Amino acid sequence: MTVLDAKIPSGPIEGKWDQHKFDLKLVNPANKRKFSVIVVGTGLAGASAAASLAELGYNVQNFCFQDSPRRAHSIAAQGGINAAKNYPNDGDSVYRLFYDTVKGGDFRAREANVYRLSQVSNNIIDQCVAQGVPFARDYGGLLDNRSFGGAQVSRTFYARGQTGQQLLLGAYSALSRQIGEGNVKMYERREMLELAVINGKARGIVCRNLINGDVESYTADAVVLATGGYGNVFYLSTNAMASNVTAAWRAHKQGAFMANPCFTQIHPTCIPVSGDYQSKLTLMSESLRNDGRVWVPAKKGDTRPPEQIPEAERDYYLERKYPSFGNLVPRDVASRNAKLVCDDGKGINGGEAVYLDFAEAIGRLGEDSVAAKYGNLFDMYHHITDSNPYQTPMKIYPAIHYTMGGLWVDYNLMSTIPGLFVLGEANFSDHGANRLGASALMQGLADGYFVLPATIGGYFAGTELEAVDKTHSVVKDLENQTTTRAKMLLTINGKRTVDDFHRELGKLLWEKCGMGRNEAGLQEAKEKIPKIREEYWQNVKVPGENGEFNQELEKAGRVADFLEFGELMVTDALDRKESCGGHFREESQTEEGEALRNDEDFAYAAAWEFQGVDKASTLHKEPLTFEHVHLTQRSYK
Amino acid sequence: MNLTFKIWRQKNAQAKGKLVAYPLNDISPDMSFLEMLDVLNQKLILEGDDPVAFDNDCREGICGMCSLYIGGRAHGHETEITVCQLHMRSFKDGQTVTVEPWRAKALPVIKDLVVDRGAFDRIIQAGGFVSTKTGAPQDANALPIPKQNADKAMDAAACIGCGACVASCKNASAMLFVSAKISQLALLPQGQAERDKRALSMVRQMDMEGFGNCTNEGECEAECPKAIKMSNIARMFREYYRASFTYEEN
Repeated sequence: MTVLDAKIPSGPIEGKWDQHKFDLKLVNPANKRKFSVIVVGTGLAGASAAASLAELGYNVQNFCFQDSPRRAHSIAAQGGINAAKNYPNDGDSVYRLFYDTVKGGDFRAREANVYRLSQVSNNIIDQCVAQGVPFARDYGGLLDNRSFGGAQVSRTFYARGQTGQQLLLGAYSALSRQIGEGNVKMYERREMLELAVINGKARGIVCRNLINGDVESYTADAVVLATGGYGNVFYLSTNAMASNVTAAWRAHKQGAFMANPCFTQIHPTCIPVSGDYQSKLTLMSESLRNDGRVWVPAKKGDTRPPEQIPEAERDYYLERKYPSFGNLVPRDVASRNAKLVCDDGKGINGGEAVYLDFAEAIGRLGEDSVAAKYGNLFDMYHHITDSNPYQTPMKIYPAIHYTMGGLWVDYNLMSTIPGLFVLGEANFSDHGANRLGASALMQGLADGYFVLPATIGGYFAGTELEAVDKTHSVVKDLENQTTTRAKMLLTINGKRTVDDFHRELGKLLWEKCGMGRNEAGLQEAKEKIPKIREEYWQNVKVPGENGEFNQELEKAGRVADFLEFGELMVTDALDRKESCGGHFREESQTEEGEALRNDEDFAYAAAWEFQGVDKASTLHKEPLTFEHVHLTQRSYK
Repeated sequence: MNLTFKIWRQKNAQAKGKLVAYPLNDISPDMSFLEMLDVLNQKLILEGDDPVAFDNDCREGICGMCSLYIGGRAHGHETEITVCQLHMRSFKDGQTVTVEPWRAKALPVIKDLVVDRGAFDRIIQAGGFVSTKTGAPQDANALPIPKQNADKAMDAAACIGCGACVASCKNASAMLFVSAKISQLALLPQGQAERDKRALSMVRQMDMEGFGNCTNEGECEAECPKAIKMSNIARMFREYYRASFTYEEN
């Protein structure tokens, strides 16, 4: 059994990162040019890593499946990015951001990683401003902050409702500069389908050229995955349509452990599902909860329009149950409570939706002020639903938004495969069982701008790397497997489309492994998924040919991987017989219905080792110790 | 709702394309246009036909990937939205709707409705950045920026790089796109050091890519899903002319 070594530096938490950076061996500036790095993904983590590594002098090859690195799904993040600047003088500090993040993650993240994240958060804001990211400012010209869930300080920096876009375009501009200077070779419309592990080290990738279907291989001295989360395993999520688990899953099958796959985040404020044709769910930023009040009719079966329901007959359930945090409770708590009221039959028209009401804010601040803060979100809502949120409360319901689980990495962000680094949402490290709002952007950029550029040098300086190129037999074998798999998918010629299977898998997971999970439901899902997978390989219909632009074939490969990954997610959820953060096991709750952790038995990160499709994965446990943030029942009351 | 779609089909970059009519029944008015295409594609696949290729990803109007020319207008007939935000309720029952890719020499078709927008990336690579390195820049609040400038920079920075401006322009000009980036950085103190060089390099790359000139007709502004203003183009000209007279390359 492999022993997981998180390589957490010794010494006091405040000094770990600085000491570690000093202890890491360095690569001489003149020698950096001799090392090559493959970076897969161009979101906040990937683009910032590729740009920063190239600035240091490494040879970088960067890949994305979109038509341009600027399209990565980080671009859709609306609300903001946290940093411990304490500009508002409201008592924030690196330690408080660290504390809130560990607590918000329900004590299932590594303290040392989170502390480092909080430390570099301030550098990120400086870095982005230097790039020309147009953050919101006050009339004095200084940066403005807003509040987000799970915190009682205003530490969130934002650029209207498009913070992710602006941060991504900042990283993209840094990346573009390096591409223009020839330090990064950019490969667009390439999808990584295999990881080449040669003599125990990650040395290359096999891709599909999405334009002509060619199988292309690339080798390097290290491979960095910044390929995002797996929320689309649920079919309906707030992720972009093409977001997928394939790169991470392929690495997992080559030996990278997958950690805490059951930790998925359900975002409380999304536009409810409207029909079977629905292709994705749209998130309404959590920042709306700063001024919006969440309520349902107090009486079951009250089908009056919201404006006809008097104040006294409304249940502002978050304000009632959590008076100190109110509408700004963390995402998992807000989501679960929406489910509870809807399960209780108090949802709008008895269905799955609750109101998010701005009438009070509009009365207090005026419509113009509300529009200045949230205008683009209100417009987005209006376009999608044909209902005007300035006049009628929004209808919202939780949806899958983010995945805290991912490939296991040590303090250096290296997976269990030497030379394979994993950044951003694709790794498991910083958010525990629940991510706080405005922390994903922070983590992606921390990993890419500041952590990896320091740790990858330590790997190169301390590792013997033989020359490898794409004629290596490992690479050739993977190329053949890739072609064979594509041809298999194309020849099945069954009766159901890829989307049809994907929808079936997603519905099963949402029902059995979504907001509420129990032993019986999870067992049922665990039995059903292999059956869906079996039928998939006999009855899916994938049109077209391999050697052409073929979007259905792209999807077919991704869904095939989701069908394997989904089973591991359910296995992990079964193993974790406690509730924590986004993982709510109905068997484990307090009398008041809050998530009840079991620290005695489950204070570990579950890292799964692949043993083969249809074979049980092996569980490795990384014990989590909490020296600074003491284990307590989270309370937001 | 029942509608007929005349969709541009083109097997690859070399092939000759044509419009093909596809009737589709029982369309829900709450569907987005792309969800309608999903439904059409599911039908085509099961009938043994090749589904329609179209670029899309975030489906919430921010990634800039979707790029359809619908009924003769970029992103369809509604204003300030992308195709993924266009809903079927805005069409009439029985209507025939033409769906084409962006058409511009600099944005060649890859397949059906998918085009190659690599030219946009190359323009940004020519100078659409501030040459700062990851490291330890000064504290973010050491550089106050007047709110009105920050807001104007944000207005320009909102560009999603979709290419609707090019597709709508009879000259296939990319000036709205290029000027948005030049404006954002010209309005901010961080962009000053490279201001002249940036304007010259980006405009040079834009011309090399084969985009046309601006004749002040404003289709780009009218069709831009993010309401980027033509005043940015005026600013770009100002930046470019000033740099042409004053900038000396080494």
